[in-house]
Amino acid sequence: MQKRSIVPVVYILFLMLPIYWLVAMSFKTTNEILSGFSLFPQTFTLENYATIFTDPTWYWGYINSILYVSINTVISVAVALPAAYAFSRYRFLGDKQLFFWLLTNRMAPAAVFALPFFQLYSAVGIFDTHLAVALAHCLFNIPLAVWILEGFMGGIPKELDETAFVDGYSFPRFFGTIFIPSIKAGVGVAAFFCFMFSWVELLLAKTLTAVAANPIAATMTKTASSAGYELGLLAAAGTLTIIPGAIVIWFVRNYIAKGFAMGRV
Amino acid sequence: MKTENPKRLVLCAAGADPVAFNALIPMMTVVNYSVQETFGDNVFFWQGLDWFEQILRSERFHAALGRQFLFTFLILIIEVPLGIAIALSMPRKGFWVPVCLVTMALPMLIPWNVVGAMWNIFTLPDIGLLGYFLNHVLGVSYDMTQNPFAAWVTIITMDVWHWTSLVVLLAYAGLVSIPDAYYQAAKIDGASNWAVFRFIQLPKMKTVLTIAILLRFMDSFNIYTEPFVLTGGGPGNSTTLLSIDLVKIALGQFDLGPAAAMSLIYFAITLLVSWLFYTLMTKDDLN
Repeated sequence: MQKRSIVPVVYILFLMLPIYWLVAMSFKTTNEILSGFSLFPQTFTLENYATIFTDPTWYWGYINSILYVSINTVISVAVALPAAYAFSRYRFLGDKQLFFWLLTNRMAPAAVFALPFFQLYSAVGIFDTHLAVALAHCLFNIPLAVWILEGFMGGIPKELDETAFVDGYSFPRFFGTIFIPSIKAGVGVAAFFCFMFSWVELLLAKTLTAVAANPIAATMTKTASSAGYELGLLAAAGTLTIIPGAIVIWFVRNYIAKGFAMGRV
Repeated sequence: MKTENPKRLVLCAAGADPVAFNALIPMMTVVNYSVQETFGDNVFFWQGLDWFEQILRSERFHAALGRQFLFTFLILIIEVPLGIAIALSMPRKGFWVPVCLVTMALPMLIPWNVVGAMWNIFTLPDIGLLGYFLNHVLGVSYDMTQNPFAAWVTIITMDVWHWTSLVVLLAYAGLVSIPDAYYQAAKIDGASNWAVFRFIQLPKMKTVLTIAILLRFMDSFNIYTEPFVLTGGGPGNSTTLLSIDLVKIALGQFDLGPAAAMSLIYFAITLLVSWLFYTLMTKDDLN
């Protein structure tokens, strides 16, 4: 054990403290939480979790969130692949400007767009559907995916494309069977970041849904205000929102450092 | 080498279309509102640039903008050096690398309202872990719903908790890309730790750090959910950052004209500062 490894250990402890508190709270009864301070749950209860898994308004919140996040990840990566290919392989009029414009969309505060989004999606008639949220999240996820994928594609020599075309591959066949498999890691990293930013964003998701496609965040806010202040239940719901992220990050753990090393994201 | 091929614009259009749908139409709506006055029922009156003038002169806007810059400035000067320091002391290979990466990335994957709620229950004065520890073990009087200073310390700590890992991961990625030969050469020359950092590690981290600073700037300047859930902008207006104020005007008071004008000014400032950062930090590469 080296002396300097103290720094990451202290940092990770600092990161874990609030998470520990959230998890500990989720196993306490509301009475115990309000009656005073206790480091560990005194009367260990699973009731909070039971409520979530048996009440449809709760568990549908999770299903809705996972649905629109998945749709968004698929659309973002599918659309960003050809666009990133064009940016990495061809020069055309205004390519730099177009690329910069794509990136500026990441800078637009969601708060600015919330109301116009609501009106736009109501006008198109897809308000309160999973598709609406998935499409809205494309605003910041497609630019990000293009940026990441372009970096990975830049690392593949152009000779690969030329050899394939000389061998008589059509463009779609080359793209699907040779090119995409050779940037698998990049696709994984891009999908991870699309998942992450769509999963954590809530302002737009809440604005664009009412009942049918309500994300878990909206259910949480509603519970916080209507049924008194049920801290235990909220803590359990919060704990459950950490799990999908933790699973996804475990799958891409070996690619993450590489993805960052491309100097992207 | 890139080649000319205008036909491939089609491929780009595929990517740009959904973004354009999401960006241009709402943006035009915002521009539309910003020059008109409405009393509902889709009746609009031409207002010209009055809203812009009103916003730019309003003290409320100046105060929110000032708080926003202070917040962004503070989190940048804390998170960037801290992130670099942590990345420097992380292990480079072995079992602990994935463990560090996964645990450090975890806060970034928690939905933003949960981050706010989590810090809320963490800092409750008598029953939260941090609140209890400060009030009853250390004896420091701490209540972020009453004291503006405590509220500021709390939102800054929350953001450091939430986003320092981004700087760590980016800086770490820059560090692992340095070949061992560089360090061996430095050792032969008898270079000090500081010299190794200043002349080998820092230049190699420059690109990733540029990206880290840009991303942290953009995201912290647009921050809304976490401070809103944690403090609600209070106590008083002490933590009402720019986007919290904007949402209050737009959705709370439904003053669409001033809110739209404010959105455009807000967006312009974000773009301008990002561009300044970007040009300053990449200036050396161009020369």
